[in-house]
Amino acid sequence: MDLLRFATAGSVDDGKSTLIGRLLYDSKSIFEDQLESVEAASKARGNEYTDLALLTDGLRAEREQGITIDVAYRYFATPRRKFIIADTPGHAQYTRNMVTGASTADLAIILVDARKGLTEQSRRHATIASLLRVPHLVLAVNKMDLVDFSQDVFEQIYKEFSDFAAKLNVPDLTAIPLSALEGDNVVERSARTPWYQGTSLLHHLEHVHIASDRNLQDVRFPVQYVVRPQHSSARDYRGLAGTVASGVMKVGDEVLALPSGLSSRIKAIDGPHGSVTEAYPPMAVTVRLEDELDISRGDVLCRPANHPQPTQDLDLTVCWMDDHPLVVGQKIGVLHTTRMARAIVKDIAYELDVNTLHREQGIRQLGLNSIGRVKLRVTTPLMVDDYDDNRTTGAMILIDEATNGTVGAGVVRAI
Amino acid sequence: MTHPHYHLSELDALEAEAIHIIREVVAQMERPALLFSGGKDSIVMLHVAIRAFAPAPVPFPVVHIDTGHNFPEVLEFRDRMVQDNGLQLIVGSVQEAIDRGVVREEPNGSRNRIQTPVLLDTIEKNRFDACMGGARRDEEKARAKERVFSFRDEFGQWDPRNQRPELWSLYNGKVHPGESIRVFPLSNWTELDIWNYIADREVEVPSIYFAHEREVFDRGGMWMAANEFAVPRDGDEVVTKKVRYRTVGDATLTAAVESDADTVEKIVTEIAATRLTERGATRGDDRVSEAAMEDRKKEGYF
Ligand SMILES: Nc1nc2c(ncn2[C@@H]2O[C@H](COP(=O)(O)OP(=O)(O)OP(=O)(O)O)[C@@H](O)[C@H]2O)c(=O)[nH]1
Ligand SMILES: [Mg+2]
Repeated sequence: MDLLRFATAGSVDDGKSTLIGRLLYDSKSIFEDQLESVEAASKARGNEYTDLALLTDGLRAEREQGITIDVAYRYFATPRRKFIIADTPGHAQYTRNMVTGASTADLAIILVDARKGLTEQSRRHATIASLLRVPHLVLAVNKMDLVDFSQDVFEQIYKEFSDFAAKLNVPDLTAIPLSALEGDNVVERSARTPWYQGTSLLHHLEHVHIASDRNLQDVRFPVQYVVRPQHSSARDYRGLAGTVASGVMKVGDEVLALPSGLSSRIKAIDGPHGSVTEAYPPMAVTVRLEDELDISRGDVLCRPANHPQPTQDLDLTVCWMDDHPLVVGQKIGVLHTTRMARAIVKDIAYELDVNTLHREQGIRQLGLNSIGRVKLRVTTPLMVDDYDDNRTTGAMILIDEATNGTVGAGVVRAI
Repeated sequence: MTHPHYHLSELDALEAEAIHIIREVVAQMERPALLFSGGKDSIVMLHVAIRAFAPAPVPFPVVHIDTGHNFPEVLEFRDRMVQDNGLQLIVGSVQEAIDRGVVREEPNGSRNRIQTPVLLDTIEKNRFDACMGGARRDEEKARAKERVFSFRDEFGQWDPRNQRPELWSLYNGKVHPGESIRVFPLSNWTELDIWNYIADREVEVPSIYFAHEREVFDRGGMWMAANEFAVPRDGDEVVTKKVRYRTVGDATLTAAVESDADTVEKIVTEIAATRLTERGATRGDDRVSEAAMEDRKKEGYF
């Protein structure tokens, strides 16, 4: 069965968690004891109706404040597809958690409150989804029950959003008028929006064509760990363990190891259940080579005629996620595939204004939740590809050297 | 396993993700350990871990936090796994901690909560900087919020309001001395995935998971086995029923479910149709309050 990973996005209180609750409820994906506990919690809060947002807002602080703080992951399946949902927070303070949920999504649902229209946070989330190259976007105009299911309201928001999305990289956009609270167009098409010709949200999620965004062309195998049994039964075994980032590796293929530039041939590929002749993403395998090369964690196997240029100079689009701003001259840790490195911030070329997408130049620092173009000089060469070509080798996280926290997400030359 | 369109099945993809995570732990961390309870999730995790490093042995010890409230079948199973796979086993004993006076037995007799200080003590003594656990996000609403690499401070505490962002499959295992990471390689597996995997890969699990006859009595709508850990009170009627366990935890709290599923295939069918979550059906510990799990995790529970 197909798997679709999707994330919710949008401003605080636009109805993301309610929508996920409604989707789970109306598709009969809720267990009885979960529903009972949500009903009891709603009653205890004096709600008139069962607050379906409580199905994902599971933390004490979230329930107290009625907002989502961190991503909740939920799993459900219909006869057509299996789904992994990441319900993310809309609150600006927790943008980093939205980024977390969106980074692995195939589709993002951007909710907008029909009464309020687009907000800065809707635009920021759309920009982040585009920056992360989430291949499919759904604009869900929610709370249609509060605007009398007005087609005009829907069309106007749709137009405003499409105009904005046109300036971003959004390959596929679908707009759906909804009421998460009352269930209109969530699982079933609603009789209250006769003017709407499209499908329900669930139908769209079940049928959207997940054009394989896996790259099967460019062989990239970041070495994660070297398997060297120190016992008699397999004394000569030396395997390079890792997960195939892209491309198809075959036994007998000539491979180039970077950054060393040494080459060899694949002698064998060992999978979790024995040897295989081919490996492709996202298989986790152990590769054995014909020759004993000096290869260790952080190196990359690729093909002699198709490989990245190792570089110490990075040109990144960065989403900054820490209270302390990123400043020019700062030193920072970088985790790129399996390679940990240190870097110095050389320059911030511009910051992106998420409302207008204007590039503000002459910037010396990037604050919390800002997006900007950053140049880094790294202590050790990294084998990077353009993020557009490769969501694994084009991505990295930035790590604060004092706190060890993950403070930034960087993609190679996107936007 | 290879497919003309280079498409990995769901189970293969989940397994690959778990292998990637476990290898990342070993590569990044200095002293990792795998928490092994003898329950189905930790068995699957260990099964995957063995395959992540083959033909080399698993490069970390397995740790069992022994509440002393065990199902005998599960302890036997644990020891056989350790023996057959040449594993190093470290046991943190709750009974011993009680005897030493480090922790005190709770009035309700459950050792679920007091196993946390024993776990933390075991981590500290062995200077583990990473502990892998078999918890899944679909189990419980607080778990649904937790990262794959879940940072814990020097007191083992989880701070749900301040988790590290976790993007793509890039896991940040950096810690200062005394701090540690809890790692959940099976985060994205559901209970059904676990059973499908057990069926598909012919993974052996303890006999109590399969339907069998047992003397049980009703406690708060759940079937408890009548034994030294759960003693029927006056008025409790002990009956013999065909039951099986869906989870394995502290024997004073873990209930059985009525079932005829005596093969893996029948269990898969049963789980696919169930209307109750595994914890809702079998665990007394989560019924204490709305945020019981979150509160325990904040104290350092896995
Ligand atoms: N009338 C109406 N109210 C809605 C609808 N959807 C959500 N709400 C209400 O809007 C409020 C916020 O809903 P949530 O689902 O918590 O919003 P959210 O987007 O998840 O908020 P954060 O996660 O904190 O960003 C709640 O009071 C909901 O009941 C809708 O379609 N119609
Ligand atoms: Mg929410």
